[in-house]
Amino acid sequence: MITLSHYIVLGTILFCISVAGIFINRKNIIVLLMSIELMLLAVNTNFVAFSRFLGNVDGQVFVFFILTVAAAESAIGLAILVALFRNRATINVGEIDSMKG
Amino acid sequence: MSFELILFYMFAAVLTVAALGVITVKNSVHAALLLVLSFFTASALWLLLQAEFLAVALVLVYVGAVMVLFLFVVMMLDIKAESVREGFVRYLPVGALVAAAMLVEMLALIGVKSLAAQALPVDPAAGENTAWLGKALFGRFLLPFEVAAVILTVALIAAVTLTLRHRVGVKSQNPSGQVAVKPSERIRIVKMESVNKGAPTA
Repeated sequence: MITLSHYIVLGTILFCISVAGIFINRKNIIVLLMSIELMLLAVNTNFVAFSRFLGNVDGQVFVFFILTVAAAESAIGLAILVALFRNRATINVGEIDSMKG
Repeated sequence: MSFELILFYMFAAVLTVAALGVITVKNSVHAALLLVLSFFTASALWLLLQAEFLAVALVLVYVGAVMVLFLFVVMMLDIKAESVREGFVRYLPVGALVAAAMLVEMLALIGVKSLAAQALPVDPAAGENTAWLGKALFGRFLLPFEVAAVILTVALIAAVTLTLRHRVGVKSQNPSGQVAVKPSERIRIVKMESVNKGAPTA
């Protein structure tokens, strides 16, 4: 019998893995973007599970919108990455410091 | 242990291993392919929850579009693996520690045992997940749905504008200039006398 906690624990594990990914791959901007996608996947899994177990459609509608925004986000992120690589010839986060932030 | 639970554990194990692979493998192409595997597995898990529409949409949108874009960018850029891998070993203990602490805190917060008894209720969509979702999406959520479409259009235009570049010294046509041209810019009509008076006769 699958219970709600199975899915929540899975989402939590996935989320923590992607947090670790952001920590240990802090030089590689592509893997950082992939970690963000994994985080969104973890959150979406929780949304779908809650929606199903509570019998409420709103969670799945929200997942739909998250998918939309995440697709837009990764498209723009990769476009920025391509423009950046063209100008600086690097994807190392440590070397992207022209704005002195 | 029911068949569904065995499936769940199998998919969950694959998903966890694939996610761990994404954040640890050296090659970015392998990371992207492992991410594809995790999306497929997550989609299977959503199917177990009878969320068919979103499971299919996840495969179509993520595996079909976003991950292809990722692979395309990874292969297009010439990335030296050593330079982006520096600091990996140094940050590994910190990352593992933070992730483990977060995991313990979140699991404690969720209170695994208090929710454990709740079994899968009867499908509220009654087997028609897409219709269930569509009625909400085109009913109460119509305005956000339209806004999402606008967001996608804006993202499309932004991505094109960001990567479009005008190179100098390239011979190419300018279609808008071609369309905007007027006859007066191309032909000059010169008024002339039809007969040349006063010309010397032979």
